[in-house]
Amino acid sequence: MNSRVLPSYSKAAKSAFPYLFTPLFLIAFVDSWRRAEVNPLLFLEAEGRNNLWKFLTGMFPPDLSANFLGLMFRPAMETIQISVMGTLIAIVIGFPLGMLGTRTFSVSGVLNEADNLGSPTRRVWGYLVYFGARAVLSLFRSIPEFVWAFMFVRAVGLGPFPGVLAIGVAYGGMLGKVYSEIFEAVNDRPLEALQSTGANRLQIFFYGWLPQVLPNFISYTLYRWECAVRASAVLGLVGAGGLGQQIEISMRMFNFHEILTLLGILFIMVATVDYISAKIRAVL
Amino acid sequence: MEQYRLEKIVKSFDRHQLAVGGIDLAVQRGERIALIGPSGAGKTTLFRILNLTLRPTSGRLSIDGSRVEHLHGKKLREMRQKIGTVYQQHNLVPRLKVIHNVLSGRLGNWSTLRSVVSLVRPRDIELAYDALKRVGIEEKIFARTDELSGGQQQRVAIARVLLQDPEVILADEPVSSVDRSLASTIVKLLIDISKQTGKTLMVNLHSVELALSYFSRVVGVKHGTTVFDLSSDEVSDELLEGLYSGHLPENEQDVSFDEQPGTPFLQ
Repeated sequence: MNSRVLPSYSKAAKSAFPYLFTPLFLIAFVDSWRRAEVNPLLFLEAEGRNNLWKFLTGMFPPDLSANFLGLMFRPAMETIQISVMGTLIAIVIGFPLGMLGTRTFSVSGVLNEADNLGSPTRRVWGYLVYFGARAVLSLFRSIPEFVWAFMFVRAVGLGPFPGVLAIGVAYGGMLGKVYSEIFEAVNDRPLEALQSTGANRLQIFFYGWLPQVLPNFISYTLYRWECAVRASAVLGLVGAGGLGQQIEISMRMFNFHEILTLLGILFIMVATVDYISAKIRAVL
Repeated sequence: MEQYRLEKIVKSFDRHQLAVGGIDLAVQRGERIALIGPSGAGKTTLFRILNLTLRPTSGRLSIDGSRVEHLHGKKLREMRQKIGTVYQQHNLVPRLKVIHNVLSGRLGNWSTLRSVVSLVRPRDIELAYDALKRVGIEEKIFARTDELSGGQQQRVAIARVLLQDPEVILADEPVSSVDRSLASTIVKLLIDISKQTGKTLMVNLHSVELALSYFSRVVGVKHGTTVFDLSSDEVSDELLEGLYSGHLPENEQDVSFDEQPGTPFLQ
């Protein structure tokens, strides 16, 4: 009798997952809604409505005086410069760590099999390097750039530099993670062929790995640069220079019409960067 | 002098699959050998052991009289440099220019810095040009590799081996993805190179006809072991029938599929 029951039981066990997870998902959703205090009705209450109205109407007309626009030119440029420098530092951090954090580069796969079997200590080192790189990347990106900026402002003072460092470190962690995923997905047959010529790991990397992933690599980096422009504006709020600092000042002064101008400038900058990176990607 | 000595070489990818099941083979320096046998017989795996990509699960492997199973690091790379491989799928880097794929044969001789600089400003252009001329596609030197036809890419792969200048050339199904006439041209090219330079040549071939007409020594491989190891005029029809029994007869036309290493037969 057992033999007849068992197969149907195991079949039922397989298909039990949806029944198990649908309620779990619903519970998680309802609970999150409640605990995150999601309440769209607040918009309908008099106070919220009034404040929102004040904020929105206060924004018009935007301050387009030559004087204000001229004053904002430098902070706007500063935001771009922070994003460029920050992204460059992020590449410097993310590229090597992403490479070492690639499993097929550091620990396993056809490039490591023979070496690891020949030398057990090498395998141990490989794992140490791999997990080390991954741990550093996780640390860098798990701390929000806002918090990094806060710490760097304490360390190096107000101004654009802490913003650069914050973007460099936080985005370095993100870039490194994605780089390693891009590297991981590469076709390893050309790598095997390069290895068979006696090439070392770095040579294989530059001749086999990088050329194969270059379009992906560049387009993701450009995407991160777009994000960095936005982020560098936000970082200004904690005193790390750029447009954000101006937004913060205008907010504090209740000069809402300046805020709309600043948001407009930010929009144009992000759109421009988006356009530039789309053009570059089209060439690849 | 002995180039290769294999004693009871076994390779298994997991407990149930034996890709190579105890091969004994001795290869003299300068010899030219064709390996034939049904697909999935373990020929590709054997070649990946011979070029020190994979390590045998058990058995002894000697190259030039010295054991190589425990090599690692620099010594392993130096030994690999002595063995050039031409792959079935060419295994070139598609987005690189032809010249860089050819020059990658020099990587074993170059420092890492020099290799990277060469990607920007190619070194040893004359060497690459000569090698490409030898295989007949010197005009493609600055073309992007993925713009070339399959046969041209296979020539680039051979040019890469020429620049590597190894003692041994292993060619794993080098002609399975090109048409009949080109196939014999490429096999002839490999044989000429071996004759002129005295390099040992081992070729995996799907085509029995090519194997018998160009190679004096023919090794039949089936189920991961050698079935026969004879001079080509001793290979009889019965032996061939036995070699391919249980498999569809094969020729160049129907074997353009990709023989995945690592997924061999069940023993």
